[in-house]
Amino acid sequence: MTVASTAPTTDSAESLPTRDRSAAETRQDNLFRWVLFGAATLVLVVLGAAALSMLWGGRLAFQTFGWHFIVSDEWDPVGHHFGAFVPIYGTLASSAIAMVIAVPVSFGIALFLTEIAPGWLQAPIAAAIELLAGIPSIIYGMWGLFSFVPFMADHVLPWINDHFGPLPWIGVLFRGPPLGIGMLTAGIVLGIMVIPFISSVMRDVFRTVPAALKESAYALGSTTWEVVWKVVLPYTRSAVVGGIFLGLGRALGETMAVTFVLGNAHQLSASLLAPGNSIAATIANEFTEADSDIYLSSLIALGFLLFVVTLIVLAIARLMLSNLARREGR
Amino acid sequence: MLNRITRPLVAAAAVLTAGAALAIDITGAGATFPYPVLSQWSTDYSASTGVKVNYQSIGSGGGIAQIKAATVDFGASDKPLPPDELAQSGLAQFPIVMGGVVPVINIEGVAPGKLRLTGPVLADIFLGKIQKWNDPAIAGLNPDLKVGDAAISVVHRSDGSGTTFNFANYLSKVSEEWKSKVGEGTSIQWPVGVGGKGNEGVAAYVKQIKNSIGYVELAYALQNKMSYTAMKNRAGSFVEPSPESFAAAAASADWASSKDFFLVITDAPGAASWPIAASSFVLMYKQPKDPVHTKTALDFFKWALEKGQPQARSLDYVPLPDPLVKQIEAYWASTIK
Repeated sequence: MTVASTAPTTDSAESLPTRDRSAAETRQDNLFRWVLFGAATLVLVVLGAAALSMLWGGRLAFQTFGWHFIVSDEWDPVGHHFGAFVPIYGTLASSAIAMVIAVPVSFGIALFLTEIAPGWLQAPIAAAIELLAGIPSIIYGMWGLFSFVPFMADHVLPWINDHFGPLPWIGVLFRGPPLGIGMLTAGIVLGIMVIPFISSVMRDVFRTVPAALKESAYALGSTTWEVVWKVVLPYTRSAVVGGIFLGLGRALGETMAVTFVLGNAHQLSASLLAPGNSIAATIANEFTEADSDIYLSSLIALGFLLFVVTLIVLAIARLMLSNLARREGR
Repeated sequence: MLNRITRPLVAAAAVLTAGAALAIDITGAGATFPYPVLSQWSTDYSASTGVKVNYQSIGSGGGIAQIKAATVDFGASDKPLPPDELAQSGLAQFPIVMGGVVPVINIEGVAPGKLRLTGPVLADIFLGKIQKWNDPAIAGLNPDLKVGDAAISVVHRSDGSGTTFNFANYLSKVSEEWKSKVGEGTSIQWPVGVGGKGNEGVAAYVKQIKNSIGYVELAYALQNKMSYTAMKNRAGSFVEPSPESFAAAAASADWASSKDFFLVITDAPGAASWPIAASSFVLMYKQPKDPVHTKTALDFFKWALEKGQPQARSLDYVPLPDPLVKQIEAYWASTIK
């Protein structure tokens, strides 16, 4: 999103004298321009076509249930009553937990790599992060189910139950049988999955901070903390937010890893320890055996809603960015 | 001169078409449950005949849709279609292999088959009405078994599945409340519990969640060394899940009076019958557009039903009993042209 402003405008190319250019070169240039234009439009066309075809596929569900489809927590394949509230809530809640974990850790990784780590350590850690990003999500799911779930059930969740459960207000989030499977576990696994994406973007943008700026701050007696907080972050703020939302977009749509540890239950529960469901997991689980038109249509409509949810989240991110920019008087 | 060129060409063409006629590939799609045995049969059958069977396990719903669209030679479903729906699309239906659904538990110190349950009690557990393992309803069935007051964690399938269909069909037959509140289907609205993806997902959840109960196909219970329950059948006796008790259910089921084999063999009569036995069905056109392919497919199924029992047994399926095989072959002769 920051690249656009640096791209050369086409006006300057057209105002150049064309006398010393052959007709063939001009034609070639025009052709090239159209190819570029086509490549860019392709994204828009694919995006629009995907959204429209999902809307079309889900029209039966939207017609039948109307607004009810979004606010109802009922999901009854036998009685053909479908509501998407539980999966929507699960998608947002698990992604929110993932962000709470992933953003600070990614900050730490990126800042350590750019500001503190000695040169010989930077390359191995950077390589490890990139390897982490390349692990297929099914592996995260298996690891989550066979290693992480028992660990959560035996050690972490009982402790959370004892220490946070009795608290007023937020206590209700942390009460429940410690199955190990549920929203919190799914959020943590998701968080681990998106850390590589967010941290590698952050590392790249932190590197773009001019050394002169940082050195000036250090010369004035700033601590590393002050340099990071008052120089590096303000300089890279919009790119950092962009990186966070790249990770968030991935967390919202993640399927395999989530379905293994989320519990896949269409039940609304205030507790983060309880099982829930997400949009992508519901589609992956139920698509193959969706045996009626309204069932199939409801699943496709869910896909459309995921599209809308992601769009809204990204729009909010854009809004936040432009607000930030305005406050800084840019 | 012309002859000298065309003759080898014609000969080559004849060889090619003959080769094509020999190596017919049959395609099928549908339920995941029969996939392992179908692929084993296909391997063995093509070794002796050269006929390959490509089976895509895309799920029962997908299988029904594909055969209705006539894109495959046969479809497979864990859920039999009613005769009027078959007639509408001009389809024939017959069972191909059997198995069974087994309640599995994870309670410390309870060995396989030691916990006894009845259908109504099982329904109440999955309805969330019985919430503790020491509930009087369970204790009354197991006077000699010591189980604590631990809360029951219910595990079910999260994906649509023939296993769920047969399990829910059984609970609907034995519990009025289940029938009216939940009903039966490949996916249902579960009143309680967590959902695992696939048999392996349910098996993994039950193994990891203490004091849980779930349901899987027998092969998964055996391979994962899980503790299963004994169930009270319609005749009133307690039976353990095994190939023998599944076969007893298959044999005692009333196939003879069923039209198009539209019969779910849960809650079968017979003192030795396992109550949650299941069968997988194949769907084919009565008047196929491609008679050669259909003929080849029927030859394959005939071989599988008559000669394929060892493969089925080794994969923890139950082969169809002989009288049923005879009935199916008579059905082919009378309905599929």
